Amino acid sequence: MSSPAHSEPLGQPIRGPRALDDSWSRFWHLAYNIARSEFKLKFFGSALGYVWQVMRPLLLFGVLYVFFVVILNVDKAPGAAGKFYGVQLLGSIVLFTFFNEAASGSVRSVVDRESLVRKIQFPRLAIPISIVLLAAFNLALNLLVVMAFALISGVRPMLSWLELPLILAMLAALTTGVAMLLSALFVRFRDIQPIWDVFSQILFYASPVIIPVEAVRKELLSQGSLGHFLYHVYTLNPLVAVFQQFRHAMVNHAVLSAGQVMGSWVALLEPLGLVAAILVLGFWYFNREAPHIAEDL
Amino acid sequence: MALGDTSISQRPALAAQGVHKRFKIPEERSHTLKERALHPLRRSRHEDLHALKDISFAVAPGEFFGIVGRNGSGKSTLLKCLAGIYRVDQGAIWCNGRMSTFIELGVGFNPDLAAYENVALNGIMLGLSPREARARYQRVIEFAELEEFQDLKLKNYSSGMHVRLAFSVAIQVDAEILLIDEVLAVGDAAFQQKCFDVFNGMREEGRTIVFVTHDMSAVTRFCHRAMLLERGEVVSVGDPRAVADRYLELSFGRAAGYEDGGVGSARMGDGTARVSDVWLGDDPSERRSVAPQAEPLTLKALIAFNTDVVDPAVSLTLLNDQRQPVVVATTASEREQSGSFRAGERVTFAFSFHNMLAPGRYHPVLTITHRGEGLKVIDRYAGGLSFVVSGLTASGGMVEIPVETSVIRWGRAPAGEAQTAGGGR
Repeated sequence: MSSPAHSEPLGQPIRGPRALDDSWSRFWHLAYNIARSEFKLKFFGSALGYVWQVMRPLLLFGVLYVFFVVILNVDKAPGAAGKFYGVQLLGSIVLFTFFNEAASGSVRSVVDRESLVRKIQFPRLAIPISIVLLAAFNLALNLLVVMAFALISGVRPMLSWLELPLILAMLAALTTGVAMLLSALFVRFRDIQPIWDVFSQILFYASPVIIPVEAVRKELLSQGSLGHFLYHVYTLNPLVAVFQQFRHAMVNHAVLSAGQVMGSWVALLEPLGLVAAILVLGFWYFNREAPHIAEDL
Repeated sequence: MALGDTSISQRPALAAQGVHKRFKIPEERSHTLKERALHPLRRSRHEDLHALKDISFAVAPGEFFGIVGRNGSGKSTLLKCLAGIYRVDQGAIWCNGRMSTFIELGVGFNPDLAAYENVALNGIMLGLSPREARARYQRVIEFAELEEFQDLKLKNYSSGMHVRLAFSVAIQVDAEILLIDEVLAVGDAAFQQKCFDVFNGMREEGRTIVFVTHDMSAVTRFCHRAMLLERGEVVSVGDPRAVADRYLELSFGRAAGYEDGGVGSARMGDGTARVSDVWLGDDPSERRSVAPQAEPLTLKALIAFNTDVVDPAVSLTLLNDQRQPVVVATTASEREQSGSFRAGERVTFAFSFHNMLAPGRYHPVLTITHRGEGLKVIDRYAGGLSFVVSGLTASGGMVEIPVETSVIRWGRAPAGEAQTAGGGR
């Protein structure tokens, strides 16, 4: 008596879990509020609160600065980054910290929120996005420290500071793509975590954080065709363009801009295309996995 | 409740049609890229677990609908499909109205945050906008009776306080359709009563509630209709009392099948006659193992006589699980003469009574004795059968006799006499 024999819709169809709902606002509220409460916990959770959050990149900066600047004099090497090397170093560290926090944090994120995923229907994408947002909150505060340090070091405000949103947008797009991809991959493949740990270490050294682009460029381009090829691979890394343009536009116009590093501004389309590809791939894969994440955990 | 003719004007609040759900249970878990890389050609083998098979039903707006079933019957899977947590493999589910799910209370509560943050966050997860969630905070905290503890971090809450807060959040979500999974089994007695009151209130407000449970008394108390699932299939839908009985029969029926021997099956007697079979029910082919409470119960025994016997007494003793005799009945008290029986004759003796036994397992023991000769036993049969009395009334006594209670008021005792009122009057 209770089985409807007709098969036309009897109301709103229930389609099961997806990466995104029909309601953008719910997705956004959810991601934002999860990130916000996590951030509050970090901020107010321990006695020194936010100090620790800022201390991490600063400590790394201190170690690297002493080693590379005070002992090895990297900033005085011929053709090197030169003026305000300290500010450039700190800026890159802070940007990389954002990327790494979001990417590494997202790996386990869906699996760690198993109880949510298995018990509530909500847009699944809210989980990795909340991790990226949390890292973004930290980045905002860390950037304030960088700017303060820059002004103290003698960096003058420049018109090119207006490029910052564009630089951050590219970084955020890359980070979001990687976060979506990693969090969905980890559900299937648990060795993604150690693999990513190693990979992010490699990225740290393959990006202009410690070693200035100028040094890499000089070394590789003097090595013939293999060197040219390796340099091309090096510049494909979107973090190279992001960090380098940050150093150029925010700190010191004397260092190479992203366009100069690539050879031309048109060549910048290569890393940009890579970012777009990672973003699309990440969303596509997460979207594909979202309906059965709750069963595969 | 006529649901078959759901016209356009009266769409069901929730409807499922031909829903199938399968789970893949991998035989060996290859959970790493390394394994994939080492064995790229190996197809991962897996068993298919068919958790839901062709489930169709509709819930009318304003209906309190119970889903019952034993462990592993698929009822929680069904609820998760309804809630949109699992995607169905086949079939379709529709709903009309805002739906909210309580599969577990306090999902996503963060122990390091205070009540306010958690209430807001949980409300957003359940589908409220941040503004709505914050506006509800006061009502939530009042309902949970936690006003004095609201600044405490959740990790410092007792488990009871935790549950109260979670339940309060859940019911403040203004959903027209609520999916509830056994959340009633929480909290102390007073809070449970409060929950029941809330559910009754929601019922009266005309909200649609789908309720998954093991608790048959809750089903009969609240539900308009119920559905019984067994091994992923719908066994019956309809009157909650009938469904509850069927559930008890199913769950105890299977268990009863494994029971044998039971009471010390030592056979004694002189062998003049033998009890060859005992069964529950009218017909030997029926052989029921469950006797519903408050219904007529018939036990029959097949006796084969080896020599001529005049007026033997056949008696039935029902032992409960503690081996206490609960019922003793004998043909000797009914009528003086049970008749004379010839050698080779086979006779069925029947014992019928209205079942007022408390729910539980019973072991019948049959004894045949010679008439008027004290305890000269012809046969004592205790092996084989045991059966289960299923029912909802379990007051704690050994039997459930209908008892009428009444109160007689005597008025007030005059002052001064109050102390000795008991003896004085």
